[in-house]
Amino acid sequence: MNIKDVENLAELARIGLTEGEKLSLLKDFDSILAYVKQIEEVKVGETKREDELHNVWREDVLAPREFSRELILKQFPDSQDGFLKVKKIL
Amino acid sequence: MIDLGNLTIEKAHASFKKGEFTCRELAEAYLKVIKEKNPEIHAYLEIYSDVLVQADEAQKKFKKGNATLMTGIPLAIKDNLLFEGHIASSGSKILEKYVATYNATAIKKLKDAGVVIIGRTNMDEFAMGVSTENSAYGVTKNPYDTTRVPGGSSGGSTTAVASNMALVALGTDTGGSCRQPASFCGVVGLKPTYGSVSRHGLTAMGSSLDVIGAIGKNISDVQTVFDFIKGKDNMDSTSISSDFYKKNIIQKPVIGIPRDFTKEGDDRVLANFKEVIKKIKALGYTVKDIELPNVKYTVPAYYIVTPAEISANLARFDGMRYGFSPESRNLVEVYTKSRGEGFGREVRRRILLGTYVLSHGYQDAYYNKANAVRRLIVDDYNKAFKKVDLILTPTTTGPAFKIGEKVNDPVKMYLEDIFTGPANMTGLPAISIPSGFVEEEGKHLPLGIQFIASHGREDLLFAVGKKFEAQN
Repeated sequence: MNIKDVENLAELARIGLTEGEKLSLLKDFDSILAYVKQIEEVKVGETKREDELHNVWREDVLAPREFSRELILKQFPDSQDGFLKVKKIL
Repeated sequence: MIDLGNLTIEKAHASFKKGEFTCRELAEAYLKVIKEKNPEIHAYLEIYSDVLVQADEAQKKFKKGNATLMTGIPLAIKDNLLFEGHIASSGSKILEKYVATYNATAIKKLKDAGVVIIGRTNMDEFAMGVSTENSAYGVTKNPYDTTRVPGGSSGGSTTAVASNMALVALGTDTGGSCRQPASFCGVVGLKPTYGSVSRHGLTAMGSSLDVIGAIGKNISDVQTVFDFIKGKDNMDSTSISSDFYKKNIIQKPVIGIPRDFTKEGDDRVLANFKEVIKKIKALGYTVKDIELPNVKYTVPAYYIVTPAEISANLARFDGMRYGFSPESRNLVEVYTKSRGEGFGREVRRRILLGTYVLSHGYQDAYYNKANAVRRLIVDDYNKAFKKVDLILTPTTTGPAFKIGEKVNDPVKMYLEDIFTGPANMTGLPAISIPSGFVEEEGKHLPLGIQFIASHGREDLLFAVGKKFEAQN
């Protein structure tokens, strides 16, 4: 990994980083990736699953849930007329 | 004076019924200890302003005759569990002022049963850590030695119980976050079977591993809390009912020891573990050696799977809906500033790492491979549970470490999960029980042992754990 990779990841994850943070994160990633890489040596053959996962479905019916609209609105940093207000996109 | 040090849920319940003390008097007794101790220990981030109101409501249940075993019991909750109308910040700046808009299912069940929730406890930010040093609100101190960490991420909950600032507490466990701090603080910590407790209202970290657990001074208290919070919930499609896994009747459980694996502990831990095995044998249990050939890959696989899930789960914290949102010029800057300034170092590290292992060109080598390894670890345990009923290991590789000792070495921190991580990667239930002390710099530091059972067999953890607890 190099500094460009860290910058690219930060952009993908929408996390603002200072130059110093980028460098120290790069150092962390080098040691973490060197450590987790040991799974490379594991030989993975055909594994038989005894407990297959399955989807959990429910009927598509309307089931009202009680929420305090006011309490949800209160958490928004900015709102107007009961709507979440965001910065201009264009 | 109520003897809080020896108080149990059953004793408190009996005293409420006999009128020896009221729910309010018990809550006041805990609030008094909190006032004395919390400024130094920093177990709680907030003591709720309505504690005594809750206590009076609980008392009414005794009057009306609809009190349960949990009515009036003072409980501490980890800061990542939603309690409607109260702040739930997950130890993060990005949720500093976030007020829960609904109750977590576990919280609702306990409130319906009449519990008195005292406050929210400190934790590593978004439960990412093993020392509470990653909290945005300062470190919690270990009550046995305040220069040491309490463990984490549920370090606030375990110290609250250990220093009589709550009778019982809720924590969460994704890689050991109930058990490791329980071990460091000399209390009992339960990580239930994945899905046995609804995750609804638990701020997600690794959704395929997270579970809400119970912390108490003894196994009986932990079992009671678990009995109240478990069960299937329509709000969490991965939740299961108590009869989901078939349970055979087992008269005398056979205990398995993964010898190779337990060597990871330090000398003092290994000496303690030897003593524990002796005691287990003296209790009449058969002890067998077992092999878990792939278990050594748990931590590396865990630190690929978990960051991947974290990077997805924490995408919703974007400076839009949860309060924290620094002044910005445009929409993208709202995201980058909120996440850059709102998340602490470890959280940023894991989100970026998760983004990396899921990105094009790396997904096969990291994320898919880690999931295949996870599968092999599950197979190892399935095989082992054909020979034995419980697996015994130390909970941690050593006693509580010094504050600041590992903070600059993420891999060293991650290795704290070595004995606890497998139960999360496999969804198995596990419990940490105090097993003695070691002396260091004139301080007595607790150690713990861990029992792991097959899916749904918390009953075996409790049964054998209680026998050991009574002997120890």
